[in-house]
Amino acid sequence: MDNSDDKPADNATAELAAGRDATYWAKAVSRLNVSNVPEGAINLNVTGKRLAGPIQGFGKMWQKTYQVHLPRDRVSATDLIATWKQHFPDFWPEGNFFYAPLTGIEPGEVALLNMTLPGRMKLSTGVMVLYADEESFTLMTPQGHMFAGWITFSATERDDMTVAQAQVLMRASDPIFELGLTLGGHRQENRFWSQTLSAVAAHFGVSADVDTQVVCVDKRRQWSRWSNVWHSSAVRSTGYMLASPLRAAREMTRRDQPAK
Amino acid sequence: MTEATATFGVRRHGSATVVDIEGDVTAGSEDVLMTAYDAAGDVSTIVLNFSDLAYMNSGGIGLLVTLLVRANRRSQQLMAYGLSDHYRQIFELTRLDEAVGIHDSEQAALSAAGAR
Repeated sequence: MDNSDDKPADNATAELAAGRDATYWAKAVSRLNVSNVPEGAINLNVTGKRLAGPIQGFGKMWQKTYQVHLPRDRVSATDLIATWKQHFPDFWPEGNFFYAPLTGIEPGEVALLNMTLPGRMKLSTGVMVLYADEESFTLMTPQGHMFAGWITFSATERDDMTVAQAQVLMRASDPIFELGLTLGGHRQENRFWSQTLSAVAAHFGVSADVDTQVVCVDKRRQWSRWSNVWHSSAVRSTGYMLASPLRAAREMTRRDQPAK
Repeated sequence: MTEATATFGVRRHGSATVVDIEGDVTAGSEDVLMTAYDAAGDVSTIVLNFSDLAYMNSGGIGLLVTLLVRANRRSQQLMAYGLSDHYRQIFELTRLDEAVGIHDSEQAALSAAGAR
């Protein structure tokens, strides 16, 4: 039997796959680099850091899924993701800032995050866009972030509904963050993403409940990773905040000195 | 994104099982991948053959992480071969390569697993 007719089809499939590989995935990087720091953003705990996935984290591994259902006639999956990418920072709860890259949510781009934690503690970190296509995009965390892992935002069409979803796969990065998660951090995170998805739905004029599913994928803590605390963005952000009066004083002294 | 577009064949080689992956691996492949893993049996090593992988998105990478957790729970090691240069880079980028042994061929993977 002659299968020669299949070859052009096979080649076309391979080309399509190669095209998707190149377009949707970030290029390999050993350490993160922030090319443009938006005005008002604090660039701390990102430049020079490596990415850290769930394998590199310390705490229990969790998969958290948040979903909201919207009528399909209001928005398609691809339109929802296009809007989510474009307005990503606008959907975040108040007091938290996502400084999107100038080029938007594109594979390989790095965004800065300035967040408010309980006790009004400010935390500066970032994420890299690991993957982005028309129906989903994934952000991956650097060393020192609260979590080691990634979060995938996606939309699918089921019957007459469009389902918007955020799915987190992560471990707490270090023992301090693990303790924080146990002492209310999980609740706060669930509220954060629930509010975010509600804001996405509200953008399309829909008021709907957010379904939350939390699964502990691995109950074991990776004690060999306790030293991740060295990179802790919480510790380093706190140090940065405490040192800000010193920085201000030094800046004033420098300004007062006559130019030589 | 939830549709299964990959198939997973299972072959036993002594103390290892080779899982042949074909098609697009996405989050929708979870059920078929876990069924293949269950069919792999109580072996010391699971070897993933990516030679016929057409495409994998970030959901697929997430699946591999959960598969790794399940394998670790049963004290099994996870290995891979047949990865294209692109997916080798993705394994490095996501740092999956620190937990999954990557080899150039099935023979090399099975030798490393002590299954040959």
